[in-house]
Amino acid sequence: MVNSADDSGLLAGSKSGAAYPATFKRPPMFIQRAWLRWVLWTLALVWFVLAISTIEVNWTRVAEGLDRGWRFVKGFLTPDFISRWKDIYAGLVESLTMTFTSTVTGVLLSVPVGIGAARNVAPRFIYYVCRSIVAVSRSLQEIIIAILFVAMFGFGPFAGYLTLSFATIGFLAKLLAEDIEDIDESQTEAIRATGASWLQLINYAVQPQVMPRLIGLSLYRLDINFRESAVIGIVGAGGIGATLNTAIDRYEFDSAGAILLIIILIVMLAEYSSGFVRKWVQ
Amino acid sequence: MLKVSHLSKTYAAGDKALDDVSFDIPAGQVVGLIGPSGAGKSTLIRCINRLVEPSSGSVSLGGTVITGMSSGELRAVRRRIGMIFQEYALVERLSVMENVLSGRLGYVSFWRSFLRRYPAADVRKAYALLDRVGLLEHARKRADALSGGQRQRVGIARALAQDPELLLIDEPTASLDPKTSRQIMRLLIEICSERHLPAIINIHDVVLARQFTERLIGLQAGRIVFDGSPAELTEAVLTRIYGEEDWTTLDNEAEAA
Repeated sequence: MVNSADDSGLLAGSKSGAAYPATFKRPPMFIQRAWLRWVLWTLALVWFVLAISTIEVNWTRVAEGLDRGWRFVKGFLTPDFISRWKDIYAGLVESLTMTFTSTVTGVLLSVPVGIGAARNVAPRFIYYVCRSIVAVSRSLQEIIIAILFVAMFGFGPFAGYLTLSFATIGFLAKLLAEDIEDIDESQTEAIRATGASWLQLINYAVQPQVMPRLIGLSLYRLDINFRESAVIGIVGAGGIGATLNTAIDRYEFDSAGAILLIIILIVMLAEYSSGFVRKWVQ
Repeated sequence: MLKVSHLSKTYAAGDKALDDVSFDIPAGQVVGLIGPSGAGKSTLIRCINRLVEPSSGSVSLGGTVITGMSSGELRAVRRRIGMIFQEYALVERLSVMENVLSGRLGYVSFWRSFLRRYPAADVRKAYALLDRVGLLEHARKRADALSGGQRQRVGIARALAQDPELLLIDEPTASLDPKTSRQIMRLLIEICSERHLPAIINIHDVVLARQFTERLIGLQAGRIVFDGSPAELTEAVLTRIYGEEDWTTLDNEAEAA
């Protein structure tokens, strides 16, 4: 009734072509008032200039740093894999062990936490518990967790393993939960309508939808964990990071260069192979 | 068989989707539920198996009162009600066979379903159903490799795998072309008469509804405004359900079909 009236009105009221404007300017989406827009831009610019001007630059130290930087670059260009190879090898094995074990542990723990943190499949109470676990894990940066675990369990890869497992939960459970919240609800509804139990619902309607992404994220986390293992080594959690730290402390930039090259190579390998696997599981 | 009485549903936002809806469906009757978008058709069939929780009123199937059941009892009664969906709602990444077998989930333990070790009788039944809907050779394919009409057939097989006593069918043809729509409707009607199954079919295509169902219920703003045979669905009644429109072309279409 109302619709048909509207339709006919639209057709009858159309103007001749020439009456329509020939230009279109994108309407402002966020801030409607032009003067307010200009004021905000000006304030941002002023703040930026003031902030820059408060940075004190000590030019003599910059010069010294450039010199040291150049020595580092030279060492990097002539990497020495040989003289510290035993240390490098031991560090690498430790890092890779830490990476694999912590990724597996982290993934195993983050699957239940991730399911629990998905609003559409978890009961309210469990949802809040799991969200809190994720929030705690995410709010602490790896280095801070590593410092705590090193203080608790002493230097070495065990502290690193715990750190990376814990950090993996925050990362993976959050992304998994978000993916579960984004699934196609009609498939869940259909499985629910068959009289399936909650576990069957997860297994039949949720798992097939999130599995490719879970595999992709786990592989991505594997290479994040390897890179992080190099970083947390610096605060005493073992691995290639500890070796790198020692090399830099001894001014052995050539060995440090070799270690960095190895890290870059492994990360690139992991990146390439995980991309391949991700495409394959789609 | 199915008895719906004084069913009402008010959503949390305060929209009244259903307002005091009552009707009975005897065994073997196929009912077309028509009405404009937003009239509450989807809500009504989802209130029957409680995918949507009704606010008041009662639903009973073969003497069992569904409303007010505990969640365990609800699972047991849901497996007696097969449901078929508008966008097929197959689990896209599972095989066709797993989708059909998922109709048995209410009957088997978690471990059996997790390991896909269904009882031999269930597997045989699933193959027989795939054969019935003409998809036997597609059993091992992934569901998303099928065309729309084929997917809807898998959806039908899944619903039938439940050994249902009632079918709830939500816009079965909305995503299909006119020819496939008619094939699917014909298949549904055949299956219902073979098994003497009652069914409620939500359908916005009035021509199809008239052609294939023996009884029509018209819903308008959550209330039943018509309940009768397709022959009684006059222009005046259509206007009552959908509002003012030129309905004569629709009659011509129906005659042509």
